Amino acid sequence: MTSVLYDVPGPKARRISLIGSIIGVIVIAAIVVLAIMTLARQGIFEGQRWAIFGQADVWSLILNGVGATLSAAAVAAVIAFPLGLLLCLMRISDVAWIRIPTRIVLEFLRGMPVVLMMLFVLLVFATSSFVAVVAGLVLYNSAIFAEIIRAGIQSLPKGQREAGLAIGLTSFQSRLTIELPQAIRRMLPSLVAQLVVLLKDTSLGYIVAYGELLRAVQVMADFLGPQFLFPVFFVAAAIYIAINLAVSRLAIWIERRGSKKAAGGMAHVPVAGTVPAK
Amino acid sequence: MDVIIESLPQYWDGFLRTLFLAVVSGIIALIFGTLLAAARVSPIAALRGFSMAYVEIVRNTPLTIAFFFAAVVLPRLGVTFQQFEVAAIIALSAYTSAFIAEAVRSGVNSVPIGQAEAARSIGMKFSQVLSLIILPQALRTVIPPLINILIALVKNSSVAGAFYVLELFGYGKQLANEHGDAVMSVLIGVAFFYLLITVPLGYLATVVERKVAIAR
Amino acid sequence: MMAFLTRRKSLLVAASAALALSLSACGGSSSTTNPPVAEKPSFAADSTMAKLSSAGKITIGTKFDQPLFGQKGLDGKPVGFDVEIGKLIAAKLGIGADKIEWVETVSANREQFIKQGKVDIIVATYTINDKRKTEVDFAGPYYEAGQSLMVNKDNNSITKPEDVKGKNVCSVTGSTPAATIVEKYGAVLVPAATYSACLEPLRNKQVEAITTDNVILAGFVNKEPDAFKLASDETFTKEPYGIGLKKDDKVFRSWINDQLEAFDKDGSYKKAWEATAGAVIKTAPKLPAINRY
Repeated sequence: MTSVLYDVPGPKARRISLIGSIIGVIVIAAIVVLAIMTLARQGIFEGQRWAIFGQADVWSLILNGVGATLSAAAVAAVIAFPLGLLLCLMRISDVAWIRIPTRIVLEFLRGMPVVLMMLFVLLVFATSSFVAVVAGLVLYNSAIFAEIIRAGIQSLPKGQREAGLAIGLTSFQSRLTIELPQAIRRMLPSLVAQLVVLLKDTSLGYIVAYGELLRAVQVMADFLGPQFLFPVFFVAAAIYIAINLAVSRLAIWIERRGSKKAAGGMAHVPVAGTVPAK
Repeated sequence: MDVIIESLPQYWDGFLRTLFLAVVSGIIALIFGTLLAAARVSPIAALRGFSMAYVEIVRNTPLTIAFFFAAVVLPRLGVTFQQFEVAAIIALSAYTSAFIAEAVRSGVNSVPIGQAEAARSIGMKFSQVLSLIILPQALRTVIPPLINILIALVKNSSVAGAFYVLELFGYGKQLANEHGDAVMSVLIGVAFFYLLITVPLGYLATVVERKVAIAR
Repeated sequence: MMAFLTRRKSLLVAASAALALSLSACGGSSSTTNPPVAEKPSFAADSTMAKLSSAGKITIGTKFDQPLFGQKGLDGKPVGFDVEIGKLIAAKLGIGADKIEWVETVSANREQFIKQGKVDIIVATYTINDKRKTEVDFAGPYYEAGQSLMVNKDNNSITKPEDVKGKNVCSVTGSTPAATIVEKYGAVLVPAATYSACLEPLRNKQVEAITTDNVILAGFVNKEPDAFKLASDETFTKEPYGIGLKKDDKVFRSWINDQLEAFDKDGSYKKAWEATAGAVIKTAPKLPAINRY
């Protein structure tokens, strides 16, 4: 698509584009340098502020935080995915008294901030903060997984279901054995994108004092002193971005692999799931 | 339930502030996100590179870190503001625009190639092809996902409660502390006010989705 | 910290002044005591003390983000005055410090944790008040704090709570000090997730003051005496800190009360204070009159 939006640039356009690019890069670099200098004037890059990263204790706390983040995300994902499948099947059920209440529940879950669900679970059910975080993530993400898979099923050619019914499968059997596997494969990129959202949302655990990465560094900065706030936050941000980029890369890799196999048949249907939501 | 009725003024105040954050950030994010998407498909390499880097980094950063940068790091860089809503709006719109850019880009990709070819064959420039032919069509198909992004934005604004802005969720926490015996009712009240914004938006998305499906 | 000192000596010499400050701050709350553990104490059968004592372990709830009282150190264990009080009580049950399981409790979940038996006792800057007493029991108080205001060093316009009327004041969302400063003194609340998150807006003069219990603020002033100060030494509320336990366990409650009085007599109360908050708050507290209700 991109390539047909404009003519292949000629020598003059290329020159203008190059000059523009250079100016743009210079402007951005200038802003970055200015920002770094301003921060440096406030002593943020002094060696001793960063020397704490030479300490094993500091890294063990950071790694504990990473572990807490990853374990909450992993447990939540493992529960949310099957639950999402179930909710999806209920949402498209032929039976009205299953379909309609499920729809209401899904609307409700999608429309609520994740922080609110975490706090609710913590206060009303008096759970540990880990359970509250996982529950909040599961409630929200299973609803989104359900919506993504539903969008995948709807994007399938009608013939798939018709063929299934024609060979004598029941409606449910056709959903389970014919439509669902195709829908999941088709929506894999969106599902992985949602995984990144789920992973990022563990950082909302601050609301229930769950010791994930961000809270771990916050507590550490409180202990060490406020001058260490910036260094530990920069490191935490870098770790977060690195982990999420890795998962996102995985999504892109899957997408490429899938589209090669299906020869372009991998429709990236935009649904709520690709949205970062809390 | 008495708690909810008794605390209606607080709920209402929080609701209005949440709505304000969402509407202002939403408008800024829609504009900035569309510009980012346009930059992503433009002939200028630096713009493409900037747009790609921005979207990649922001999409992979937790919202809380975006808030930290807007509310704590920016003032250190000399960008100070007396109203903390400004920081919240910067964080929310900077974060949301990355997702809007991605949605608009996939919308641009969904417009049949022939449209652009036809436009160019009648002599349109890149800016004309994009603004007159591609974006109007793309925006229509991306409206449902855009609405979903806006729903997420409304809910994301709840993080502002931890970053110096007293909005709906902040009031909810306060009321929960004051009414320790009625925590459930208090939080259900908060949920109700969020749903007051998000459910109609979700319904709108469904309706538009249906309309668009017929149009195609 | 010490191992680090020897390892990176050259680097540290250059920055000694700044580090000395941070070290004294860490040191202020990170030193701990190891109270002598009672050998085979005997208790009335069926009492909570007997149960805990024979189990040989206890679960204590405390805060992990409250400087000087309960703050998580680099080794992952909490340190502070609350923690020392918890250790002293455990020792009287014949439970050593290594057998205590520390659970982080936040203001929002303390009552629930006690009710559900997730913790045996809570020592967590836990203010005794009548509303909470309907849900849990309190031993103590073992310390009396009070709400106060912290301002920038160069700010002389705020000396009493009445001065913040209509001004931005930072506090933790949904905390009692936040409610007091707004409802009683008409301040504009700027909410944050933790008290330490209030420091940056104060430094940037986006808020006029931070408000919470004086002991927490004293911890911040101690870490940065050139930047901040307490608006006044006077407090404008009374926050008696108690030890939370299950409702209607009168035997356990009065036993803890007896222990608190014993700690005062044998000097271990003073020792616990000096090892922790006393490094910063020079005036040693007197054990408040125990409230035996």
